[in-house]
Amino acid sequence: MSASSSELRAPFADGGPIEIDAQLARKLLEIALDKGGDYADLYFEYRAGADYFWEDEKVKSVGRGITLGLGVRVLKGDATGYAYCEELTVEAMAEAARTAAQIAATGKAVAPVDVNLLKMPSFYPVKVPSIESGPDEKLELLRRGDQAARAYDKRVIKVTASFAEEIKEILIITSDGKMARDRQPLLRFGVSAIAEENGKRQGGSGGGGGRYGMEYFLTHTPEEHGREAARVAVAMLDAVEAPAGSMEVVLAPGDSGILLHEAVGHGLEADFNRKETSNYSGQIGKRVASELVTVIDDGTISETRGAINTDDEGNVGRENVLIKDGILVDYLHDHLSAQHFKRAPSGNGRRQSFRCNPLPRMTNTLMGKGTSDPQEIIGSVKRGVYAKRFSGGQVNISNGDFVFSLTESYLIEDGKLTAPLKGVNLIGNGPDVLTKVTMVGSDFQLSDGIWTCGKDGQSVPVGVGTPTVKIAAITVGGTKA
Amino acid sequence: MGLSVEELIEIAKHACSLAKKAGAECEAQVQAGSELSTKVRVGETELLQEASSKALGLRVFRDRRAALTYTSDFTPAALERFVRDSVDLCRLSEPDELNRLPDPELLAREFPSLDLWDDASLKTTAGEALDLCKRGEAAARAASPKVTNSEGATYSRGAGASAMASTDGFEGGSRGTYQSLVVEPICDDVGGKKRNGYWWTGHRFVSGLDTPESVGAEAARRTLAKLGAEKIETGELPIVFDPDAGKAIVRLLIGVISGGAIYRKSSYLLDREGTEVASSLVTIVDDPLIPRAPGSRPYDGDGLASRKNSLVENGVLKTYLLDVYAARKLGRQSNGCAGRSVGGSPHVTTSNLIMQTGTSDPKAIIKDVKRGLYVTEMMGFGFNGVTGDFSRGAGGFLIENGELTMPVTEITISANLDEILKRIDAVGTDLDMRSSTACPTFRVSRMMVAGK
Repeated sequence: MSASSSELRAPFADGGPIEIDAQLARKLLEIALDKGGDYADLYFEYRAGADYFWEDEKVKSVGRGITLGLGVRVLKGDATGYAYCEELTVEAMAEAARTAAQIAATGKAVAPVDVNLLKMPSFYPVKVPSIESGPDEKLELLRRGDQAARAYDKRVIKVTASFAEEIKEILIITSDGKMARDRQPLLRFGVSAIAEENGKRQGGSGGGGGRYGMEYFLTHTPEEHGREAARVAVAMLDAVEAPAGSMEVVLAPGDSGILLHEAVGHGLEADFNRKETSNYSGQIGKRVASELVTVIDDGTISETRGAINTDDEGNVGRENVLIKDGILVDYLHDHLSAQHFKRAPSGNGRRQSFRCNPLPRMTNTLMGKGTSDPQEIIGSVKRGVYAKRFSGGQVNISNGDFVFSLTESYLIEDGKLTAPLKGVNLIGNGPDVLTKVTMVGSDFQLSDGIWTCGKDGQSVPVGVGTPTVKIAAITVGGTKA
Repeated sequence: MGLSVEELIEIAKHACSLAKKAGAECEAQVQAGSELSTKVRVGETELLQEASSKALGLRVFRDRRAALTYTSDFTPAALERFVRDSVDLCRLSEPDELNRLPDPELLAREFPSLDLWDDASLKTTAGEALDLCKRGEAAARAASPKVTNSEGATYSRGAGASAMASTDGFEGGSRGTYQSLVVEPICDDVGGKKRNGYWWTGHRFVSGLDTPESVGAEAARRTLAKLGAEKIETGELPIVFDPDAGKAIVRLLIGVISGGAIYRKSSYLLDREGTEVASSLVTIVDDPLIPRAPGSRPYDGDGLASRKNSLVENGVLKTYLLDVYAARKLGRQSNGCAGRSVGGSPHVTTSNLIMQTGTSDPKAIIKDVKRGLYVTEMMGFGFNGVTGDFSRGAGGFLIENGELTMPVTEITISANLDEILKRIDAVGTDLDMRSSTACPTFRVSRMMVAGK
């Protein structure tokens, strides 16, 4: 746990103390398939994490932890058997393989295929993961973020800051001959501020990160995040009641991609479509959005929070076009759904950890840019809402209803941004809202690395991005009729 | 499961003695448990997962500097190095006078017997669990030809033990079981839409579970009732919350009365102790001492004795939720509300958070409404604890002349939480104790509904 780099390596890595070679992997896969499973995979994971918390103008606590384990999965048709162990002894690993094998009660054992190491892309060529560089500069970043937030405005009364980082090393070996290794660095920096004036208080936050080393802070300074937290808290002091009812909404570029993530992204995850429980089931080739809308899921964008060299099933991360000019082109697949639809996996089989089975998941979900001038988009709205920052969203897959929560938004009156609005939810129906996209800006932005997506109790890091987008009508859940 | 409570206590004590040798104060928390999860969908097995896991977490203080660490490697050599490195890590944080263990005289020495472990729990085999799933799902699918698909039925069981020890002599441990069955049918609606719904049963004791057939039938009833759901007009309406949806409102209180939110000034209930924060019909307690209840615990995350706290009494806020750190920060005594996860600091969590029953028959609460909304589900995260502003997606039924009429979807309900709690004008006699937050049916006299 000391910070020297040689120690933060997975014990199962080449040359490590518990090196997993092809022979041992083959033996475990044979046990896994012994009861008649069609397919099996091994997922070795080592994760070293650290976090620093700043409060009351000092480093309040530091945390460290390491997890290590193996997940064994066996498939029989559409059924999954899953087990894991936290000790990489031969006995413990074999026991996990035997437990996962139970899913297949009958059938002829198939032999695993000899493995080939996957040729890996390099979407996060980080020289030194942040967790392997010394702690002092991280403590300094927290101090700088805190000071910038306090200096922004005298109404800022409380500031906290945090820095979390990890290095995750994975090794995937499948019975159909794939073998993939990856090291995935991830860091996230955040500042929260409370502003107070005349007894009124408001909060704001700023932050970002991604699969970077400490060089992230050369282009995204802690001062920037600290000032952003303070700016939002202070701006929201004047917030007025948000309107209620259906109206025009303009989405700011960047984080608004959370709307795409909820409104269409989840519905296009192929497990739901394999089971025909999504409202996008059977819609491939059909129009599901305005012709201005192109949606892409892209796990290849360098150093982003959603980037993956390999997914958690040994398939290389890819750029996948989901909706092209309003027409549904493709779903997001994992091994199971790709097999069901008899197609190649799309590189979207992801899992939270070795304790979880993979599911089709998003990476970075983006809307392609359009041709409208962002100022003209705002200028075209007589009365509506400009949505700038968000705390999250949720979707009901089966009927497509989704919500997302605004933490910073403004009233648009006669084409101009006017009063800041109190926190408010937008609610819509995915297929319906996407047909109501009437203007798309030329100003695409990617969110900074802050988003985490939850599904079936599993969290994975993701990214989103959009240009400025106008939606002709969506329900704004304010309190003012 | 492997490790007994006694063995876990020994591991925790051993870690503490190593830390003490290294010159630190320390609390060690250890957990070990097993899980079983089975899922059946459209009559076929979809998932069978079985595994066990363990973890050790430390909070160490040296020279008033704190570090938090965790590991799953309990081998003697690894443990020794882990403790040494944890103590060493303290040098990175800065001294804080409040960084010390709870005062020893506050620590629990005796523990109540809460009956949280059911021997029958671990006897349920994977095959039997799959059978319960099949029966639950089959009952839902048989309820009506309109049930055309299914997200499946899932049986989950967790059985685990945890222990804590400190260099000040605390030692405690407990174990518990919990199992649940959830059934999620899907119906086809007009316009190519699908409607999903669910129902579930859950209890620490196997004998406390409802039959899979009754769970499946109720899941189907709830899902079928949503067919034809539509938006309604924007406007202010009385809102009746069913106990499943209402508990989400009750849970919002935790964030705004926890000691951390108070000393950080990030709660709208700052300086509101002793004042009216809800209607006089509202009484809310946090009670960790209820035998067999899902949220019960024999001691809190700081090692203090568990105690029942009255949080809101007839609408008046009686106390904030305090752990030792927040209490010191605010110059008070902890009221034993700390929770703890391995590798984390103690932090305020509720145990069994219960809004007490009132005097109204739940049916009468609806009967009295001329036009309103009965909310059975909510979605999204729209709550700002600093201001109390609340806005969330909702679904349920329109109430017209005292009857549930049209199913409603794709709307939001909004108001400030301060107003919501003060506008509660009826509280039911029903109470749903399946989860660690419980409330009866209750009615809020008006909230803004945004729809068409």
